[in-house]
Amino acid sequence: MAKRAIWGALVVLLVIAAAYASFFVAPTENSMGEIQRIFYLHAASGWAGMTAFFVCFVANIFYVLGRKQKWDWIGVSAAEVGLAFTTVLLITGPIWAHPVWGIWWTWDARLTSTFILWMLYIAYLLLRGMLEEPDRRALLSAVFGIFAFIDVPLVFGAIRWWRTQHPQPVIMGGPGSGLEPTMRKVFFFSVLAMHALMVLLLSERYRLEKTRDEFLEVQREAEAG
Amino acid sequence: MKNLDSIFAAYALGWGVFFVFYLSVARRTSALRGEIERLKNSRGK
Repeated sequence: MAKRAIWGALVVLLVIAAAYASFFVAPTENSMGEIQRIFYLHAASGWAGMTAFFVCFVANIFYVLGRKQKWDWIGVSAAEVGLAFTTVLLITGPIWAHPVWGIWWTWDARLTSTFILWMLYIAYLLLRGMLEEPDRRALLSAVFGIFAFIDVPLVFGAIRWWRTQHPQPVIMGGPGSGLEPTMRKVFFFSVLAMHALMVLLLSERYRLEKTRDEFLEVQREAEAG
Repeated sequence: MKNLDSIFAAYALGWGVFFVFYLSVARRTSALRGEIERLKNSRGK
């Protein structure tokens, strides 16, 4: 309990420090101005969300191969956490876009593939809600989760392969791309903070699955005797 | 500072989503813990 509280407090401090750096350490971007500071939350949330979906993907593969319950728990936990981060990505994007592009949303390859990703993982959770038998639920959702992850490389590649309204990549974007050194440091610090938050939320969500299992066990015992 | 309202909205909504998610997980866990205790107590009687 004390360990969890300390870990939680450290993550909160890290997130606050990242926000401070985004507002007061990172320089103002030349063409967009202050509104570009949303980038540090927007892109870092996107990266943490994709990592959570990758964890879900790996857990789904391990579940299909080994049928161990813990992989199902990790899979559903990572899917929910990934959805939370992708929701932040989809909320902060239009708020940033509106003053810069003059529109809230456009159906370009990056935005559309991200929206589809969000819907795929909502479908993953809806599918789980519809299946009552635990083994069948775990297997079918794992197979669906493996399929859903195919969209993640599409989201990554969309701004590299196609011309989009969304800006071209500033990280891993090839020659001519990149961030000013202080912006780059602040961005990677924000990525670290968002990943720490992702791990915290994932461990809490996993604990919920363990508690649910304990509840079902006690319920079975109560019904039996 | 131009567009301060948009920046504030983005950060407030972003943190709001994480906070609501954390709260929902904590509430679901706590409800299950309560049910476990209730079942254990009813078996003990």
